Amino acid sequence: MTWEIVIGLEVHTQLSTNTKIFSGASTAFGAEPNTQADAVSLALPGVLPVLNKGAVERAIKFGLATGAHIAPRSVFARKNYFYPDLPKGYQISQFDLPVVGQGSLTIQVEPLSGNAKPYEKTVRITRAHLEEDAGKSVHGESQGVTGVDLNRAGTPLLEIVSEPDMCSAAEAVAYAKALHTLVRWIGICDGNMQEGSFRCDVNVSVRKPGQPLGTRREIKNLNSFKFMQQAIDYEVQWQIDTIENGGKVQQATILFNPDTGETRAMRSKEDAHDYRYFPDPDLLPLEISEEWKEQVRATLPELPQAKQARYVSLLGLSAYDASILTSSREMADFFETVLAAVPNDAKMCANWIMGEVNAQLNRDGLDMSQSPITAQQLGGILKRIADNTISNSGAKEVFRTMWAEGGDADAIIEAKGLKQVSDSGAIEAIVDGVMAANAEKVAEYRSGKDKLFGFFVGAAMKASQGKANPAQLNEVLKKKLAG
Amino acid sequence: MIESSLSQMGAALRAKKISSVELTQLYLDRMAKLNPELNAYITIRPEASLAQAKAADARIAAGTAEALTGIPFGQKDIFCAKDWLTTCGSKMLHNFVSPYDAHVISQFNNAGAVNLGKTNMDEFAMGSSNETSHYGIVKNPWDKARVPGGSSGGTASAIAARLCAAATGTDTGGSIRQPAALCGISGLKPTYGVVSRYGMIAFASSLDQAGPMGRNAEDLALMLNTMAGFDERDSTSLQREKEDYARDLNKPLNGLRIGIPKEFFAEGLGSDVAKAVEAAIAEYKKLGAVIVDISLPNTRLSIPVYYVLAPAEASSNLSRFDGVRYGYRAPEYTDLADMYEKSRAQGFGAEVQRRIMIGTYVLSHGYYDAYYLQAQKIRRLIAQDFVEAYKHCDVIMGPTSPSTAFKLGEKGDDPVQMYLSDIYTIAVNLAGLPGMSIPCGFGDNDMPVGLQIIGNYFDEARMLNVAHQYQLATDWHSRAPQGI
Repeated sequence: MTWEIVIGLEVHTQLSTNTKIFSGASTAFGAEPNTQADAVSLALPGVLPVLNKGAVERAIKFGLATGAHIAPRSVFARKNYFYPDLPKGYQISQFDLPVVGQGSLTIQVEPLSGNAKPYEKTVRITRAHLEEDAGKSVHGESQGVTGVDLNRAGTPLLEIVSEPDMCSAAEAVAYAKALHTLVRWIGICDGNMQEGSFRCDVNVSVRKPGQPLGTRREIKNLNSFKFMQQAIDYEVQWQIDTIENGGKVQQATILFNPDTGETRAMRSKEDAHDYRYFPDPDLLPLEISEEWKEQVRATLPELPQAKQARYVSLLGLSAYDASILTSSREMADFFETVLAAVPNDAKMCANWIMGEVNAQLNRDGLDMSQSPITAQQLGGILKRIADNTISNSGAKEVFRTMWAEGGDADAIIEAKGLKQVSDSGAIEAIVDGVMAANAEKVAEYRSGKDKLFGFFVGAAMKASQGKANPAQLNEVLKKKLAG
Repeated sequence: MIESSLSQMGAALRAKKISSVELTQLYLDRMAKLNPELNAYITIRPEASLAQAKAADARIAAGTAEALTGIPFGQKDIFCAKDWLTTCGSKMLHNFVSPYDAHVISQFNNAGAVNLGKTNMDEFAMGSSNETSHYGIVKNPWDKARVPGGSSGGTASAIAARLCAAATGTDTGGSIRQPAALCGISGLKPTYGVVSRYGMIAFASSLDQAGPMGRNAEDLALMLNTMAGFDERDSTSLQREKEDYARDLNKPLNGLRIGIPKEFFAEGLGSDVAKAVEAAIAEYKKLGAVIVDISLPNTRLSIPVYYVLAPAEASSNLSRFDGVRYGYRAPEYTDLADMYEKSRAQGFGAEVQRRIMIGTYVLSHGYYDAYYLQAQKIRRLIAQDFVEAYKHCDVIMGPTSPSTAFKLGEKGDDPVQMYLSDIYTIAVNLAGLPGMSIPCGFGDNDMPVGLQIIGNYFDEARMLNVAHQYQLATDWHSRAPQGI
């Protein structure tokens, strides 16, 4: 009997403001411990929070990008608990009135196994709210002592909560990736998962079709898509085995260990805190006017989905190509810059970027922003394919040279003598020469041995030292061989 | 000189009849003599005060003096002051030397005022008798067997004993007005948001408000001119035009409508207090005021509402005192939880622990709606009572406190009796309104009685005018306790 998997995600995105959400201290990563902990970060007696408008604007951007309701009035609340990395003894968050209400994100899912085809799915986003990050406990620096680093305390976070709309690890990963792309795309988060800028908590439960939702367990703090998939796979199997062996799943918070590939419970529901949420009296309700919302909207770039649709309908690309080309803002910008050089050859641009460029980047372990060939340079090559100056194989040689040594396409074509022969007189002369030298084969061809056509193409190309325009050469050969 | 008003003192300083160093030394000498018994100050640093005085003298010599330049003030120990021990009356902060200045402190510093010392207070401003201070009880200069009121009891005692020209206080449920009444001085709690709370150690953030305390209304106006104003570091600070609170001091009171809430003269009010307050109201009639009977029906709920909301906020505000980063940490503990428990059990006094427990309880899952939310709703009703009342009057008057200063230890083991001494003041904080107390006579045992004047929002200038006109006609405010 089959099981249905139910997955929802809570994603903490660190917002890319220079200063903290409630103070002017820097948010830069990697500073010496506590050098970015000002009086507010330290929660000295008497200090007060002042809301960073930049954090609010990023939340608005996210809400607009996911078609969500932006609350005209939302409220900051205190979440009370004691921990050494939580200097005030409470975290300022949003509880029953979040800044961003219900929205959605459409994702492309590529099933992980079998022959199943990619498909599209819309995941509902329940809410997104602003809150401050905690500091970090530093263990083991000196014996028996735990240190506290409050550099991160007060860093702005947007917690994005989805509905339990995903029903496989593939869907969960696709959603997380789409969210990761989106937050970087709209410039609200640097997306650096190693540094903790994008952290996922995954709620997993299983049930028999038609049954009510099963008890969920929450896998905390996943910071890679690979681990997310492994953790979900392991957890789903664990839950199914537990139930099938007559056991019961208990609500719990669990951690994934990448070394063993297993999940283990961190705390059970019984240990759950009573956070005693109440509105923070130090902060006024956050009011967002229509005007402010529209000002932020004006700064939003064209979103990946809109671009995808445009690439398919106006440029004639496949949905697959369109989704790859919009997998990051850098990729899409690169594509559009190349396209500007050859506006009528979108498919060629796509092929080159997804083929040659990606292959070379992978080989050299680089990402798009580090590509040694700029989009303008690649456009220069493609322009010469389009105007028949070089052949496709010639273009590949230009590309290889440019990758290794840099330079401008026309200069490389000139230096390497790659310009193809498109002069019809010259091509006719070459064809005539080849036919004269192979009179017997011409006769055989004319008597019906069509397969010899390839031989003539090869011979003529060789005679042109590879520079003849292939299409033109074919045409002339066909005409002359026909007699 | 010590009986002069602040403006007289400022004039004498600017006319170089006395230097700030001399004036400061005069107070320091009085403090050395009288403070050991009164215990009005927790921290005195003569060298720091004299250095400020010297700087003030230089400023006076340079001709850039302002109204308060060179005048020595006491500062309630709830305000963080750079390089000063700032304890908030608690063992929890017995070693906390502030690295920064509260807004109020920098306003006084910028004006060239001298900080004479940090005045004693109930621990974390929780108390009405100044008996909860870790640094010892404060005595009332009018009768040293009696309390000065609280929580700004150190400030009130210091002013009554002339151990400063004037001083600051804070008021969450009456902590400026009640000690002012019990010590026979004047005190004003401004409209919520008029004075920045930045650097003022929080008790109940939505109620806390700093204000001036002094010997007369005119002094309070000058101090408020320095203390008030928008501060972007406090999100609840109000962005308003700067105003001169002394502008209306000399307006006549003809036609002033004084609302008298019947609830303030009901059961529980001492007859001696009632008599003095009624005499004051009679005096106002002579000054041309009209008396209007009003009702504040929900006032009776203000104590229960306050003792839900204030502890709720306090339980969270005081969470930062955990022994991790600063302040008191238990000398011995077994693990993290034990460190928290022991540090907080040893660092906080009984009243503070009581309120943290009440606050934690009312915010707990399952109780929040019944207590916290319900209290917020009633808070709005209480505020609405005042909106209604101000349709019929300009100011509201009544007693500040139901009795005069009680004996030390008299209410120590009955917190509810203690809480009732704020019955007339708390509603004002819940509504966010400005309120003040001025001396209006003496009750049984010759202890001072305070008249409370409650104004409409941002009506401080009118309240000061109302108080000043009374002080021109009477001399209760210039009486001084014997033996000081």
